[in-house]
Amino acid sequence: MSEPTQLFNVQIDGVWHQFKKGTRVIEACAQAGKFVPHYCYHPKLSSPGNCRMCLIEMGMPKLGPDRKPEIGADGKPVINWIPRAQISCAQDVAEGMGIRTDSPMVKECRNGVMEFLLINHPLDCPICDQAGECQLQEYSVEFGTAGSRFLEDKVKKPKRVELGPRVTLDDERCILCSRCIRFMREIAHDDVLGFVSRGSHTYLTAHPNRLLDSNYSLNTVDICPVGALTSTDFRFKMRVWFLKETKSICTSCATGCNTIIGTRQNQIFRQTPRENDAVNSAWMCDYGRLNFHSVNSTDRLKTPRVREGQGLVDTTWNKALVKSGEELKQFSKDEIAVIASGKMTNEELWLAKDLVASIGTSRHDIIPRTGEADDILMSTDRNPNILGAQLIGLTGEKPGLGLEDIAEGVRSGAIKAIVALGEDLTQFGLTADELRKLASLIVMDILPNDTTRSATVLLPSSAFSEKRGSMINIKGRLQRLNRATQPPGLARDDWEIIRDLIQQLTGSDGIYLIEDVFKQMAESISEMNALSLSRIGDKGVQLVEETEEAPAAV
Amino acid sequence: MASTTRTAHPREKRIIFKNIDRPGWTNDIGCYLGDGGYEDLKKALAMNPQDIVNEVKASGLRGRGGAGFPCGVKWGFIKPGGSKPVYLICNADESEPGTFKDRYIIHQDPHQLLEGMIISCFAVNARLAYIYIRGEFPLGAKILERALAEARERGFLGKNILGSGFDLEIYVFRGAGAYICGEETGLIESMEGKRPYPRIKPPYFPAVLGLYMSPTIVNNVETLCHVKHIVRMGGAEYSKVGTRVLCVSGDVQRQGYCEFEVGGITMGELIYDVCGGLKPGRTLKAVIPGGSSAKVLSAKDRYKIKKKQPDGSMAENEIGLEDVAIDFDTLAAVGSMAGSGGVIVMDDSRDMVWALNNINEFYAHESCGQCTPCREGSLWMKKITERMLHGGGVLQDSDTLKRVADNIAGRTICAFGEACAWPTQSFIAKFRDEFVATAKTEGNGNGSTNH
Repeated sequence: MSEPTQLFNVQIDGVWHQFKKGTRVIEACAQAGKFVPHYCYHPKLSSPGNCRMCLIEMGMPKLGPDRKPEIGADGKPVINWIPRAQISCAQDVAEGMGIRTDSPMVKECRNGVMEFLLINHPLDCPICDQAGECQLQEYSVEFGTAGSRFLEDKVKKPKRVELGPRVTLDDERCILCSRCIRFMREIAHDDVLGFVSRGSHTYLTAHPNRLLDSNYSLNTVDICPVGALTSTDFRFKMRVWFLKETKSICTSCATGCNTIIGTRQNQIFRQTPRENDAVNSAWMCDYGRLNFHSVNSTDRLKTPRVREGQGLVDTTWNKALVKSGEELKQFSKDEIAVIASGKMTNEELWLAKDLVASIGTSRHDIIPRTGEADDILMSTDRNPNILGAQLIGLTGEKPGLGLEDIAEGVRSGAIKAIVALGEDLTQFGLTADELRKLASLIVMDILPNDTTRSATVLLPSSAFSEKRGSMINIKGRLQRLNRATQPPGLARDDWEIIRDLIQQLTGSDGIYLIEDVFKQMAESISEMNALSLSRIGDKGVQLVEETEEAPAAV
Repeated sequence: MASTTRTAHPREKRIIFKNIDRPGWTNDIGCYLGDGGYEDLKKALAMNPQDIVNEVKASGLRGRGGAGFPCGVKWGFIKPGGSKPVYLICNADESEPGTFKDRYIIHQDPHQLLEGMIISCFAVNARLAYIYIRGEFPLGAKILERALAEARERGFLGKNILGSGFDLEIYVFRGAGAYICGEETGLIESMEGKRPYPRIKPPYFPAVLGLYMSPTIVNNVETLCHVKHIVRMGGAEYSKVGTRVLCVSGDVQRQGYCEFEVGGITMGELIYDVCGGLKPGRTLKAVIPGGSSAKVLSAKDRYKIKKKQPDGSMAENEIGLEDVAIDFDTLAAVGSMAGSGGVIVMDDSRDMVWALNNINEFYAHESCGQCTPCREGSLWMKKITERMLHGGGVLQDSDTLKRVADNIAGRTICAFGEACAWPTQSFIAKFRDEFVATAKTEGNGNGSTNH
């Protein structure tokens, strides 16, 4: 391990560079600023070398009679060029290697491959979901020709094939690069896709009597370089060039896969994984990816409400907040419990902790949320910020340990008021009837449930895509959410709501920027010292030692 | 097959085909042993394996499957003392159009193959070997199974063969019927239970990362048979008198197999002396000398050949097709190849568009579809020649055909790219007029709606 990394001298388009041993030729070219077009190659998958788009000219040092490289006038090895074009995706650099990415031969190869890929490809770009992010389109511009010499009929293949519940296939668009097959075999460990028939009639299909129903199936859509594999959820919904892209993270489990949220006119249309080798490689699960439709729901809570008799009536923020303060002030500290959520950001949790302190209660916890891990990405813990909740102190080593006590307190009447921050209290055994007996139930949430219906004050808040803030994933990595959409109606950012609740109780001046919330938090939590929201960056910061084995795909 | 049964021409030298159609010969082990069978194995087992490799190197034996790669060099790629087992695979996926020699060996002289294989396995230290036989040879597979059982029974296979301490098992593996399985890495993939997609080289050279990622030698049926005779006569002697089997088909009076010393006969002698000449009133138009993928040679062309003179100097001779000697180097020098030994003769009655379309149909059907140029190009070429054949030719077709072929050759994972491009390249180059003549219209040159 102590050996220094071996460096190789490699000539690319006449310029000598140095690359680490083990660097793929295609990656070396990219590092040297010489992008080599490719379809089948994907850095996270094996290299089949089948598309032939990355053909380059390659040479090795010319050996003299003494079997040692001949040295040229420039003091560098003389290169013996291989007359046959070579693929750059399956070979590593070697000492003295020569590469040409812009020679006439290379250009001819690229033109030829582009022509071959296009002759049987349907020209349905106007209605193709991939249009705008299609590598066939992109390279056509660079390496294709305006006209066609192809006078024949195109090959007919299956269309609108439901490969599985979430992926639709158009075999005529498929360029047979096999990325999806390799992904399912090598990453998802579900070798369900394959090619049948042969030659130009080859087409992609699922194994007989099998479906592409893996929880990772939609990654095949991401890596499909053309419009062959489309997301059944997304297809025909929006032209991709209209989508605003916001970097964020998935909040469906504690892995915290890095994402791009695609929105238009304040509506989410899709989520796609964003590469981060410390977290999710280039992938995410279908469950997390599609877990955004509730954000777009028409049922979203949009207006603050207060209880009047049996019902809840709309009110203003000011009245709702004042009423919250008044209600809470009626009770002694331990008559009040605070239920926070592992889905909250660190900033929200930090303020929730402040709220707990303002109330003075010792009764607080979060609701644990677990499921089966899959050894790929999905974590046992489905709360995205369980580590944050522990670090900040809203819960202990065993989240949810205090819940039974709180439920018992409600039933016995010892607890008279609950502040529920983004959680439905029926999840830990309380019934709607029991909740209705509380003298005060201040609920902050985004969608209606038994708890919101039982509230005395209802405070509409923001979904994951509507807020900024940070979370700590299960591996101890501090990551950032960014706002992709605005909350609906009068709904507000959660941290502001909690801040205002604290103001009502303490009369203190609040904080006006989320940056300042983070600053306050970072000053008292040693792990976050010297950090700020902007310093977290797009790929996060490793905050604490990893607490769990890295998922298999990463 | 009766029509191809023939007595040897006086100039033939039958070593590999000595027993083919031999009166009284049967393919059982008794007959083989009665004729001195497995004696060469006994000799080989007493030798140092490396010495056998050296003899094969000295013999200059070149592969008979098509590529003509020196067998000894191939064996030399196996590094002794590796941690993984070495496999030897006999490539009996004979499917190059115009080629029908291996089938005779398998059907009529299977023990010659087994003896050659066992010796070869001993030489490269393979303890497990396979005969990959194409799915269309069910009878051949049966015969080989029986021959293997006979050999096992007599102690030529199994543990401690003939007391030598050498263990070997050979199994028959039946292909499912695809030309690409004859490509050695496609064959290996097929044996591993996958689609026979040829592997990329580097890194998957069979001698390093072959069957089950272990060092593997893949040799053609005829090639392995030659090994037995090299052991008998020694590499040096064989290098002078070694033979190759030719399969003649097409427009000659008597089609069929024959065997000559390598380079011991010219194309004209083969056609006129051995095969009884052309059909009455016909003249020679073209010959495909090494299986359908070899470039066609035109009878009209003159070929420049450099030949070593008795005084050691090189002199350039201009010769016609009929004077081309049938050996690896001469056929390469005239722009084609000895390939698989399948000599396809065409007389002046042949329509070259028809002939090329026939070949293109085959390659479009057999392209495995793995890599882009061959997958798309082979079908495109077939569609063009088919259209030309049916009266839809346009002026630019010949150019398009050539350019499509140029965009395949040298750009693919395996040699199928060349195999399917060379016929088109050579037919267009040699018989362009015939292709242009099919053009009825100028066509719509831009075809812009048909990208």
